[in-house]
This record gives sequence, C-alpha cells and structure tokens, in this order.
Amino acid sequence: MKVKILYTTPQLCGLVVLRVLVGWHFLYEGIVKILNPKWTSYAYLMDAKGIFRKGYHFIADNPGFLKIVNILNEWGLFLIGLSLITGCLTRMSTIGAMALLAVYYLSHIPFVGADYLLPSEGAYLWVDKNLIEIAVLFVLLVFPTSRITGIDRFIFKDQAKVKPVK
Amino acid sequence: MAKDKNKDKDKQSASSGRRAMIKTLATVPVLGAMAYGVYQKSKYDHIRRNVSDVFKLDNIAPTVMQTQPNGQQIRLGMIGFGIRGKQLMRAAGFAEPSHIDALKEACMKNSRDSRYKDYMEQEDLNVVVNGVCDIFDVYGEAAVLTGSNKYREGVNGKFGPAPKRYRHYKELLAADDIDAVIIAAPDHWHGTMTIEAAKAGKHVYCEKPMSWTVPETYLIRDAVKQSGIVFQLGHQGRQTDSYLKAKEIIDKNILGSVNLIEVCTNRNAPNGAWVYDIIKGSSPDTIDWKQFEGNEERIREYADYMKANGLERYMGPQERNHFSLERFFRWRCWWDYSTGLSGDLLTHEFDAVNQIMKVGIPHSATSSGGVYFFKDGRTVPDVLQTTFEFPDKNLTMLYSATLANERNRGKVFMGHDASMELSNTITVLVDPRSTRYKEKINQGIIRPNVPFFNYVPGQTEVDAITSATELYFAQRGLVNSYIGGKKYDTTFLHIREWLECIRGGLTPSCNIDQGFEEAMAAHMGTRAYLEGRTMYWDKDKEEITRS
Repeated sequence: MKVKILYTTPQLCGLVVLRVLVGWHFLYEGIVKILNPKWTSYAYLMDAKGIFRKGYHFIADNPGFLKIVNILNEWGLFLIGLSLITGCLTRMSTIGAMALLAVYYLSHIPFVGADYLLPSEGAYLWVDKNLIEIAVLFVLLVFPTSRITGIDRFIFKDQAKVKPVK
Repeated sequence: MAKDKNKDKDKQSASSGRRAMIKTLATVPVLGAMAYGVYQKSKYDHIRRNVSDVFKLDNIAPTVMQTQPNGQQIRLGMIGFGIRGKQLMRAAGFAEPSHIDALKEACMKNSRDSRYKDYMEQEDLNVVVNGVCDIFDVYGEAAVLTGSNKYREGVNGKFGPAPKRYRHYKELLAADDIDAVIIAAPDHWHGTMTIEAAKAGKHVYCEKPMSWTVPETYLIRDAVKQSGIVFQLGHQGRQTDSYLKAKEIIDKNILGSVNLIEVCTNRNAPNGAWVYDIIKGSSPDTIDWKQFEGNEERIREYADYMKANGLERYMGPQERNHFSLERFFRWRCWWDYSTGLSGDLLTHEFDAVNQIMKVGIPHSATSSGGVYFFKDGRTVPDVLQTTFEFPDKNLTMLYSATLANERNRGKVFMGHDASMELSNTITVLVDPRSTRYKEKINQGIIRPNVPFFNYVPGQTEVDAITSATELYFAQRGLVNSYIGGKKYDTTFLHIREWLECIRGGLTPSCNIDQGFEEAMAAHMGTRAYLEGRTMYWDKDKEEITRS
C-alpha cells in the first residue's frame, strides 16, 4: 500500500527550494567540468587518503579507468543537477547523488590527523560539506516533492501522489 | 442545462490542466537562470582571459633533443664513482644492482613508488661502458659491476661484459676502445681531466663546476676548442621544461625591464652541507691518496693565488699529503679540493639565469658570508651572499645561500611590469605599478600581485588563469607526472643531448663557452669572498681584475 505524504504549503516550498538549490550545486559543478577540456579528476584522486586510498590511486593510475571516471563524474553531476531542479526521475538521481557524494567523502574523510594537499575551504572534523549534503539528500528522498512540483508529476501521473494538506 | 454543465466541466478541467502543467514545470525556469549565469560567467572569464594584446606567448611546449634511430654506439669511460658518479651512470642507463634492488623493494612496499618502473622504462641510450676509473677500490669495483649491468637487474641478475677498471685516469684516457668520458671526480680534478681527455680526442661530459683554478679555465677552453671534441658541462637544469618556457617569457618582454634577479640555496641537513658518510673499507691501502692530492700544476696555481693574496688561512689546515678519510669523502668542505658554495651550487643558479637571459660573465662580483653553523673544521663558508652586477644589461643578480635553513626562497626575476617565480613551474605576478599592464589593471582584467600566469610543465596549452587547485597540485608534482605521461630525469636528458651531439656533430646546450662563463662567474664570486673585495671582469683582456 502506498503511503501518501501530506505537506503544508510552507513545508512543500521549503523542500522544493532545498531540492532546487542542491540541484543547482550539482548542475553548475558538472557544467564547469564539462566546459573545461583540461579538467581531470586525477589530482583529486591522487590526493585521496585513508583506508580506501588504494582504490582511488588505482583509478588515477589507469588512464582508461580515469577517462571513464572523469566522464561519469562530470556528466553524473550534470544530469543529477538537471534532474533535481526539474524534478525529473528525482528518486533515482537523489540516490545517485548520495552515492557520488559518498565517494567524495570517503576519499577525503576529515579524520583527526588527516592531512590533504587539497586546500580545504573550512575547518572540518568527521563532518564535512559532502556528509551534510548526503543528509540533505536523504531528507529529500524520504520527503519527495517532484510528484507535486516537478516533471515526475507528469511521468508518474497514474500512480499515487503525495499531496499537500489543504 | 446539460450543455452548461459540460462547459463548466471543460472549464474546470482546462483550469486544472493548466495548474497541473504549472506545477509540473514550476522549477524549469531555474534552468534559464543557470544558463544566464553560466553565460555571464563565461563572458567575464573570456574578458579576463583576453590579454593576448599584452601577453603574447606561444602555446608550444618546449622540446628537448631526442635520440635519433640507428645512431652509432658510443663507448663510454667513467671517471669517478662517488655520489654524483653513480647518479650519472644511472642516467646513462647503468645502475648499481643494489640500487635496482632498493628500487624494487620500495616499489613492493609502496605501489605508488614508480621509480623502479620509471627507471626500467628509461630509454636505452645506445652506449656501452668500456672503462671505469676510481681511486678508491670499493668505488672502483662497484663501478665495474655497474658498468656491466646493462640489463638493469639486481644483485642476483644477469650481467653483460664487465668494463675494464683503470686505477689511473690517464690509462683510461689512453684506451682505444673509449670514445667519450664522463668526469665526476672532485672539483680540483675537473680541469686537468678535461684538458687531457680533449687532447686524447675523447668527448667530455664534465660535472660542474668546470674548473678549480682561474688559469686552468683558459686551458680547458683552448683544449676543447682546439681538439673539436663535444663538451657538455653538467648543468642539467638546461633541460628543465620550465626554464625553457621562462626564456620565452623573458625574450617576449612579458616582465618588462628586469633589473634584479634573486636566486638562492637553502639546505638544512649534514648531507646537504657535504658531511657525507665515511665508507666502510676505506683506508690508505684502498685509496690512492697520491692521485687524490691533485695535479701538481693545478696545486701550484692554487697555492700561488692563495699566497700572493695573503689567503694562507684558507689553505689546509692539514698538509696536502696527510691522509684523511674526512678530507677524502667530504672534500667539498675544503678549498684545497673544492670550489665551495660558489662552484657547487651558485653555478647551477648562475647557469639557469645565463640560459634564460644570456647574461654572460658579470661585470663585477661582491661576496660575503662565513662558516657560521658547521664548525667542523671546514674552510669553505656555509653561508654566502654573492652579488653580480651586469651594468650593460641594467641588472643585478643576487645569490644568497645557507646550509642551515631549508626555507624555500626560489628564483625570482623582478621586472618593472611583472615578477616571475621560477621552479619546476612558473608563476608570473603583475606589478601594481606596471606601465605595460596599467590599462588592464585599471579595467580589473589583471589583478596585480596575485598569480596571473602559471606554466605547468607537460601542458601544451598556456593558460593565463590556471585554477588555484590545479596549480597547487602541479607544484607538488602531481599533475605533470600524469600530463607528461611520465617524468624525466633531467640528468638523463642532459647526457642524452651530449650523446646526440657527438653522433650528429652538434653543439650541446651547456657547451664550452657557457662553461667558461659559468667558471669565471664562480671564480669571481669565490675571489670576492676570499679577498673581501669586489672583483671585476675585464672584457677585453678576459681577466678577473680588482679595479
């Protein structure tokens, strides 16, 4: 049985704005990389530390893998951003976004004593902006809005919809 | 009635359809905002990047000499197999088996350590080592083993034919099966060995500095020019990618009038201050001390100069014929064999500046410094400042060195319009008072005193605005190892250039004229320090003078 989630208008507005802002962040990150023909994730991957570093270094060391990862990353960011903003296939893109952010987080976990070449724009301990954004996306996943405001409304029009409280 | 009802229904349905459409596409206009923002940003960046009218550089990566296929095999002789000798042999393609094992082990411990792979992939230079010479038995025997390691294997590996070990360099130079020699003996032997090698018709790759005394510097030049051999001085910086690009920046007057260059040496370890290990197995029985003392004529030139100028306090203090392991392994610490900071490290900096700006021998040199940290009985200073003046180029070059602090100060070329910081990368910062860039600064296109142009080796495109992160990684060597495909050892490139010049009858980049300029500049700096007064170069007489 499908559960209907009912939102008040301010709740809906807040969630949609949050979705669009996260989408904007992803979309612009993707566009910047796509527009820069020299962009590569090599240095970022090489900077990885912690228990998963070998995996990241392995990708960086293999030009074939690196090329695939570069394409997946830049177009992944772009499509996720597009999806979140327009509310199109949002459930899938939200899960994808969380996975992508987890990959970023695990490459540069802000543990005590972690020392990265990559300059950080703030001070972090265990929690960084990637982790926060994962949590935000989780909220968007369990409080979906795209079937009310978004293209998913059209795609899934025959299925149960979440509706705002009248 | 029924008709009206249907009409109302249609109206409601149309209105609900419109509402649904609005709800479906409510957030799509955000994409328009994004597109507008990206367009504005690209336009802004394009304007910022459009400095081609004042900043004209080719998008061409510097090139170095490549090995030509089917060239003749060159038969090498190696003189001196100490620390630098071993490095030069590795660059020529022959590494000690123990070194190969160490690289392998390091690679097994850390898969990120690519030195073993890089070395095994280093191009074969089509040379054979037929003779080696070292006056210390342990080094001599190691050189024989290394010269036979043509397969680049470890201790338990397969070896090729062993080169002959000569106990005296003269015997090696007399050998018919040697075409060219690499000289990595101590400084006080460089000149003598080069002169005799040239007379014997052997091509020479000589470690820097080119000479130990001033009089021998002229003799070296004459011997090399008269014999027609191919001579390369060991300033491998000549092959550094960023130095070649820096020359283009200077040639195109990007910096404006450059009036001050600051170059430095900063080291802070015993090894960096020439306090090398005393090697096991060394004794009067295993070291030919008589040969180590040096060539008699050179020693006389040295002693004559010191005595004539009241500088006896810098000689010795031990008698030259007194056997000393410290003096044998740490010879750089005494003027009796060494050229001090001037010959060992200033020369690299001078040669880099000479390569980039063709400054030639300075008009004058002033030096100061002292033995301030390593109070170990050495006579050469561990802190040295030398100022070279080039009035015909409106230029001062300031060299500042310490062996007791590792703070990196870099090479900085200071022009009226911009400064260039040179290392393995290049960063250009526009000066706030620049005349050339004034308009661009006023328009906000160029921000002064922040990195405006960065050159990252391996990049074929020159970009006026490389991202901060990219530059950050590049300066730590992460980017160029990838973009270039692989990193090159500049010593390997320098030896390769020398060999290709031998094969093709060409002139190497650090040839005898460059070497003469290097040697005289270093001697001026040394004499200025020792005598405590300014030294001048008389261009017409080609002499160092005091007034």
